[in-house]
Amino acid sequence: MRQGKNSVSSIRRTMAGADGDDSLYPIAVLIDELRNEDVQLRLNSIKKLSTIALALGVERTRTELLPFLTDTIYDEDEVLLALAEQLGNFTMLVGGPEYVHCLLPPLESLATVEETVVRDKAVESLRKISHEHSPVDLEVHFEPLVKRLASGDWFTSRTSACGLFSVCYPRVSSTVKAEIRQHFRNLCSDDTPMVRRAAASKLGEFAKVLELDYVKSDIISLFTALASDEQDSVRLLAVEACVSIATLLPQEDLETLVMPTLRQAAEDKSWRVRYMVADKFSELQKAVGPEITKNDLVPAFQNLLKDCEAEVRAAAANKVKEFCENLPEDSRETIIMTHILPCVKELVSDTNQHVKSALASVIMGLSTILGKDNTIEHLLPLFLAQLKDECPEVRLNIISNLDCVNEVIGIRQLSQSLLPAIVELAEDAKWRVRLAIIEYMPLLAGQLGVEFFDEKLNSLCMAWLVDHVYAIREAATCNLTKLVEKFGAEWAQNTIVPKVLGMANDPNYLHRMTTLFCINALSEACGQEITTKHMLPVVLKMSNDQVANVRFNVAKSLQKIGPVLDSNSLQTEVKPVLEKLAADQDIDVKYFAQEAISVLALA
Amino acid sequence: MLSPVLCSELSALEPEYTEADVISTVEFSQSGEFLATGDKGGRVVIFQREPQGEYNVYSTFQSHDPEFDYLKSLEIEEKINKIRWLPQLHSALFLLTTNDKTIKLWKVSERDKQPEGYNLKDEEGRVKDISKITSLQVPVLRPMDLLVEASPRRVFSNAHAYHINSISINSDCETYLSADDLRINLWNLSITDRSFNIVDLKPDNMEDLTEVITVAEFHPHHCHLLAFSSSTGTTRLCDMRSRALCDQHAKLFEEAVDPASRSFFSELISSVSDVKFSHSGRYLLTRDYLSAKVWDLNMEKKPVETYQVHDYLRSKLCTLYESDCIFDKFECAWNGTDSVIMTGAYNNFFRMFDRASRRDVTLEASREVCKRRAVLRPRRVCIGRKRRESDICVDSLDFRKKVLHTAWHPTDNIIAIAARNNLYIFQDRHSPSGHHGVHRIEQETAPQLEDTPPQ
Repeated sequence: MRQGKNSVSSIRRTMAGADGDDSLYPIAVLIDELRNEDVQLRLNSIKKLSTIALALGVERTRTELLPFLTDTIYDEDEVLLALAEQLGNFTMLVGGPEYVHCLLPPLESLATVEETVVRDKAVESLRKISHEHSPVDLEVHFEPLVKRLASGDWFTSRTSACGLFSVCYPRVSSTVKAEIRQHFRNLCSDDTPMVRRAAASKLGEFAKVLELDYVKSDIISLFTALASDEQDSVRLLAVEACVSIATLLPQEDLETLVMPTLRQAAEDKSWRVRYMVADKFSELQKAVGPEITKNDLVPAFQNLLKDCEAEVRAAAANKVKEFCENLPEDSRETIIMTHILPCVKELVSDTNQHVKSALASVIMGLSTILGKDNTIEHLLPLFLAQLKDECPEVRLNIISNLDCVNEVIGIRQLSQSLLPAIVELAEDAKWRVRLAIIEYMPLLAGQLGVEFFDEKLNSLCMAWLVDHVYAIREAATCNLTKLVEKFGAEWAQNTIVPKVLGMANDPNYLHRMTTLFCINALSEACGQEITTKHMLPVVLKMSNDQVANVRFNVAKSLQKIGPVLDSNSLQTEVKPVLEKLAADQDIDVKYFAQEAISVLALA
Repeated sequence: MLSPVLCSELSALEPEYTEADVISTVEFSQSGEFLATGDKGGRVVIFQREPQGEYNVYSTFQSHDPEFDYLKSLEIEEKINKIRWLPQLHSALFLLTTNDKTIKLWKVSERDKQPEGYNLKDEEGRVKDISKITSLQVPVLRPMDLLVEASPRRVFSNAHAYHINSISINSDCETYLSADDLRINLWNLSITDRSFNIVDLKPDNMEDLTEVITVAEFHPHHCHLLAFSSSTGTTRLCDMRSRALCDQHAKLFEEAVDPASRSFFSELISSVSDVKFSHSGRYLLTRDYLSAKVWDLNMEKKPVETYQVHDYLRSKLCTLYESDCIFDKFECAWNGTDSVIMTGAYNNFFRMFDRASRRDVTLEASREVCKRRAVLRPRRVCIGRKRRESDICVDSLDFRKKVLHTAWHPTDNIIAIAARNNLYIFQDRHSPSGHHGVHRIEQETAPQLEDTPPQ
């Protein structure tokens, strides 16, 4: 506050000192641009609102700037959004906590605009400055604002009110508390679904600040009502509130107060509500504790895994691993083996590929929970079946999670089925599928070992280098680097480098360029010796290529591998070639040759 | 029913009009205070009801412009196919407009203040002498003349491969549907970059195509129900709770056609051109080429009521086919209490049917007969010889003058009829403004109605 006053008086001084002070000019521009026709300029000005406020001083900010801003609700969303955000940090600029309530009118009008992002930001700022209100100011200024919003004509103000109850409730007197609870109750049964949705989504948050008795009396009845709302979109939000409410209540009350509603939600007629239950299952499981999980959630989860709507099954399948992990340890294995696994087995051959691929992304995680014997006996057949699935995404998801199984049973058990699956993906007609499997190659190579790799997978990696899609060739190049990092330079020299260099004589210039790209990528991993002895001669020879694209890529390659080479070969071998290329008749070749010469300092 | 009095006639003043002026859709807002029309030129005109009951222009804006799809080498017309109002939940008005491909959400708002006071220039824009600036000035908002602004808030595009024929807002006020010939998509009103396909009639092989979607609408109260109709004369009701994809319907409303009366035109005339839920949500009103049908949602096998709109055209189908008139899509409407239905016909005629008394009336919306403050005289079409002077012979009907788009005020007895470039707004003689008991209106106007001619 003091600091604010100082800067104000200093500005006043300069203003009084002479007519037309230069220091006013930039601020004058900023103020004028608050109403410029160009949105971008207005936005810039709003973002520097603190500068303007500082120049005006706390008094004029309160009496002139804020009233102007309060009425500036016609502007574009992005300007209003920036304004709502700025006002959340404006306390010092209006004179500190003593005057923080002056910020309420502009934020109130922003909290009623029709654009959701602006309203949400205004509510966020209001929540922020609510903490800067003294308890007295909160009751005199802030709480009346919440009430005004809560009983506003338009739904926009009522939805905004929903987010403000929880910040003022803990700090007001018990009479006001009762009023706030009444307002919240009203909004929960508002005519418009938007307000009921807003209330439902804030129900959990509000419950957290309420006294336990009121949670039991007020919140539970509101929760029950919202959970049986006629609108699907309201009911599904009640599921989220269920998590917070269940966390607040003592275990013995859960059964009577929460579980009837939760059971009803898990069997709701609308798949969207059941989807929400499936999606929040892990949170619900933690909130209700192990006993209720055993008795209630296990059958509910089984039903969700068998739901008639694929979206619900997919959401539930996604939660299989997490649900099993969080089961109480004493009965975990029994529950999984007798209740969950049979459902999982059915999902492996589900008709919907999203369900299968959701399952495939988590199923491998079960092996760590079930241990070696169960994995071999029960899970392995499922993995193998999924590796043969018709949908590439399912196979990819299994392959991408191989490490979980490797830890438990070792990968050898799978390798016989793995190979055909990988080969098939590697040759898939869709290039995105091929791209995805390339990305798992280094991981697979690590799991399977160098021997298996050389024998079975190396040829695939080489085939990708001549793929007709550039993105695949590029990924294949990158893949080689990672493999060399894994298996070492010697391995590279024996298995990869000869094949790569062989492509330098390919009739297709794209393949010849691939040689150069590989050299660019590999030189560093392979080291100086291999680069100088094997790669450099090939690159130099290619400088005579008849295709200009190849020649300028030679120049780029030389620039790239230059730092790996010793100065002798740079001077005697690279320099003459680059000089020759710098005199090439093609303008691009010239350009890149000259660039290489200057970067390598060969001039 | 009504004794309609013209309360506003709105059209381009000059009798000459261009194709772009032809009105292509009419829609009342939920409160009835506003009425929007769209035309073939991509314009939207919004009318506001004055306290005296007349509707006057409130705002006009260009919603869509002609475009060209370069990938498919297709021109995209700017014609507004449908307008739907969002329930008014804010001081500004919001409405969705669509042409064949792109749906837009418009905000229409009022502004009555403008900022004044610059630091570096005066109000006329002349730059001030910088050296004279000795203090900072914060702009002040001053009252100004009311300005109505329309601004596009969202553009929902690239989701339809075929022509959009319907949009409908869900009762959850969060989502809406858009339907084209083969698919129905579900959108969130605040998300423009994705929509969910909920109905897809496209067969794997386009040669197997047997029906197209003609119109789709959400139930007025139940957020999970939607109805869509097809070119084969069926209307399906879908329950979005049961599945994410609604390809399988919950109910199918279809009337068996007598095989004896089948002809080359049977399928063409059975195609449903409009479907409207009653305000109560209990009934569905469908319109096909020759008739309007009311279905009870609880009975699928046949309509509870069938109204012949212009059965006398049955013998003229061949001519109508040759002039392409048989493909005209007439809309239909319920009155506020679901007791009367209305739909358009040829020769600038429109028809109203009272459901309880089974009385009906034919009225004409044209410059010649519509006199301000005078009650519209019922018209009658005769098949043979004229019985009365005012009768008109089937052969002298003008098929180029058609009333395709009609709308009924959500609560009051006010109707809007679009005939080419003209919009006629009629009000019940007995209700200069405000609400009226339906009972009273029926009683008083009964003598003006004619009995349904024997068929």
